[in-house]
Amino acid sequence: MKITSRLTSTHIVYLVVLLTIIAGTILVAAAGRSFFSAGNISSILTGTSVLGFIAIGQTLVILVGSLDLSVPYVVSLSSLLAAGIMANQPANILPGVLLALAVAAVIGLINGLVVSGLKVHGFIATLGTGLIISGYLATNYKGSSGQAPLSFRLVGATGLGPVPISTLIMLACAAVVLLVLDRTRLGHSMYAVGGDINVARMSGIRTSTPIIAAHIICSVLAGMAGLLLAARLGVGSPTIGSQGGYDLLSIAAVVLGGTLLAGGKGSLVGTLGGVLIFAMIDNIMSVLQINPFLKDVVRGIVIVAAVAVYAGRRVVNRTARFDDTPQETVSTRQEVGA
Amino acid sequence: MNGILHRPVLRVTGLSKAFFGVPVLQEVGLELRAGEVHGLVGENGAGKSTLMKLLAGVYQRDAGTIEIDGEPVEFHHPTQAHLAGLSTVFQEFNLLPDRTVAENIYLGREPRRGLLVDTKAMNLRTSELLDQLGIGNIRPTAAVSSLSVAQQQIVEIAKAVSYDARIISMDEPTAALAGAEVELLYAIVRRLKERGTAILYVSHRLKEIFDLCDTITVLKDGRIVGTQPAAELNDAALVRMMVGRPISAYYPEEHPGTTVGRILLSIEGGGNHQLDAIDLDLRAGEIVGVAGLQGSGRTELVEAIFGAAPFTRGRVELDGQPFTATSPREAIRRRIALITEDRKAQGLSLNQSILNNALGVIRSVFPRRTPEARAATPGILSSLEVVARDLDQEVQYLSGGNQQKVVLAKWLAIDPLVVLLDEPTRGIDVGAKLAVYNLMRALAAEGRALLMVSSELPELLGMSSRIVVMRDGRIAGGLPAGASEEQVLQLATGARNETALP
Repeated sequence: MKITSRLTSTHIVYLVVLLTIIAGTILVAAAGRSFFSAGNISSILTGTSVLGFIAIGQTLVILVGSLDLSVPYVVSLSSLLAAGIMANQPANILPGVLLALAVAAVIGLINGLVVSGLKVHGFIATLGTGLIISGYLATNYKGSSGQAPLSFRLVGATGLGPVPISTLIMLACAAVVLLVLDRTRLGHSMYAVGGDINVARMSGIRTSTPIIAAHIICSVLAGMAGLLLAARLGVGSPTIGSQGGYDLLSIAAVVLGGTLLAGGKGSLVGTLGGVLIFAMIDNIMSVLQINPFLKDVVRGIVIVAAVAVYAGRRVVNRTARFDDTPQETVSTRQEVGA
Repeated sequence: MNGILHRPVLRVTGLSKAFFGVPVLQEVGLELRAGEVHGLVGENGAGKSTLMKLLAGVYQRDAGTIEIDGEPVEFHHPTQAHLAGLSTVFQEFNLLPDRTVAENIYLGREPRRGLLVDTKAMNLRTSELLDQLGIGNIRPTAAVSSLSVAQQQIVEIAKAVSYDARIISMDEPTAALAGAEVELLYAIVRRLKERGTAILYVSHRLKEIFDLCDTITVLKDGRIVGTQPAAELNDAALVRMMVGRPISAYYPEEHPGTTVGRILLSIEGGGNHQLDAIDLDLRAGEIVGVAGLQGSGRTELVEAIFGAAPFTRGRVELDGQPFTATSPREAIRRRIALITEDRKAQGLSLNQSILNNALGVIRSVFPRRTPEARAATPGILSSLEVVARDLDQEVQYLSGGNQQKVVLAKWLAIDPLVVLLDEPTRGIDVGAKLAVYNLMRALAAEGRALLMVSSELPELLGMSSRIVVMRDGRIAGGLPAGASEEQVLQLATGARNETALP
């Protein structure tokens, strides 16, 4: 066994994470501040949690070969439902949380059924459900509504040292999903279905189960993100999800994390790296008070560059029958008939 | 000693299958015994793959019975076949390249402890399985994509064995393997045989059939020609059983006045990843046939000439000048045309009109000549007898034959010097075939050089002024016009001469 195993895309992601930390340290220090102050670390980690929840789910959905564009609307809907039910009553926290997550799960179930049963590609299926939810939100809510009680708001505001509670919850979710992916038949089937649905079918896998499961988990995690935003804002908002641009940003984080957009290959750990990179870029930019639009320019360059690196390493495998190095070949002239 | 028991584990009787009314298998009967390696041979299109897919439950039979251990079985899904003890190793790999060996083998039935997959047990079982097959160099935790093609093939077989298969059918397991790797496969087959597994072994390579098989069944045009013990056959007798049909008489004669002229294309020592030591001269007015088994490098040869997968070694001259195409565009500029094997994927834009397809090449490579070509298109199409509503009809609505004629028209527009044809009559009806043949004769008479790859031996023999036979990426030999199918097959399969046999 070789010790110097080949660099996987996860390694590359964390190499980029490291580079970003170094760049951040230098740039922030140049601005006369510390990148590693408790306050700054806390602010970076806070930035990872909302996108983190969504990107974990998006990883599963992309792994099974689908996509979820409905996440921003699920985020908004869940924030509104939770804040609405809580209505500043601490006793209503649990019902609010459960209802928001249940509704999110139903949306995920619908997405999964449409994708696996009706064979509509996830891009279209979730575009559709996303539009439906956004229409519902626009007609029923004119602005922020509901009120999260103080005890719920604390979830968004407290932390263990510099690590916010919300980030810890996000990491706990990631750990559970990681266990599912790596150590359950469901997880293995997700990889199989995304890798080659025919191989999966020929191996006796019921191919709709992993697809539906991935969509449900994704929506529920988007619902969690909505709850977290409700806790931070103290209210529910019909536009909080779409303002965040979580659909494309989460897909970008997943792809940046080395997951194949076509499915079947990727890692959740890589996705978390992708989320962290985005959070650090945001942080550096805002500490340096750079024009916020430039932030998107940098994000864009990072995504495209990363994927170009991955694509360059993926070689079309066709074993060579002959050595391709120039060499003298003994010619045996073939001149028959003519 | 040979472990062959009296009762067959698999008995197939009267098996028939038709696709869209075209019979592919008719009244096929077959018996397999424990510990027997049963060879199944036949030309391309004889129905071997269809038979295997019927056995595996991929296709449903129209008539006949399949019995395993005397019990009639009915498979609607490959999983059912696996459970009944019949596993199939298909030609195309059924593996997930990004997953590990163990994950692939136990996909969908991973061993568990509680709810969690027991990775340790899974890897352990996989290495036991590989040990049983005598394979020591594949780690259960290696990603399949990191394995060689031969190792992947072994993983496929291990997966088939892991279902506790008593019957394993293998469809050309060596098609993608090179010399030394084939030995590895031999060892596995022999080991399975010792364990009492019955093996149905499909191969084009006669040497393998004789090396491995106890019994040989020959399929031809969907029917069983005969089943005989391998010991009672030799290469020549087997080839005769496989061919045994007259060459149809519908190949048009060479046009009067067709003369073989100067050398238009000359390749000396050409090679790349897939080809080696290619020496070939193509003269004006000639139709040269390229024969060979699937995967022998026929398509790679025309693709190399056309610059799609260019030669990286050797010397190529086009019309007397050194020229090695490094891209199709360059080849087209120098008047080389390639009618590709896969018409729908590579030859046509299916949802575009006939006119747009016919002008496809000229527009992109010689845009200035487009108006001229546009004016000539209706004439070319009608001379090819394309049956269509009008020039604006989308080509997806044309029959296969008419589609192929549109492909030809597209290439005629560039007035090619060298015309490469890869399976030009695949999947088209007899009338369209004849039109293609007539066109080929006409092109030769105009002094162009034609190189035709074909799996259909009668077509090659009927049309070519000489034939080169490919084997394993090299030219195995050349044959003059009037060669027999036996001679071609002997070169293509690497069959030994009759005299070399004991």
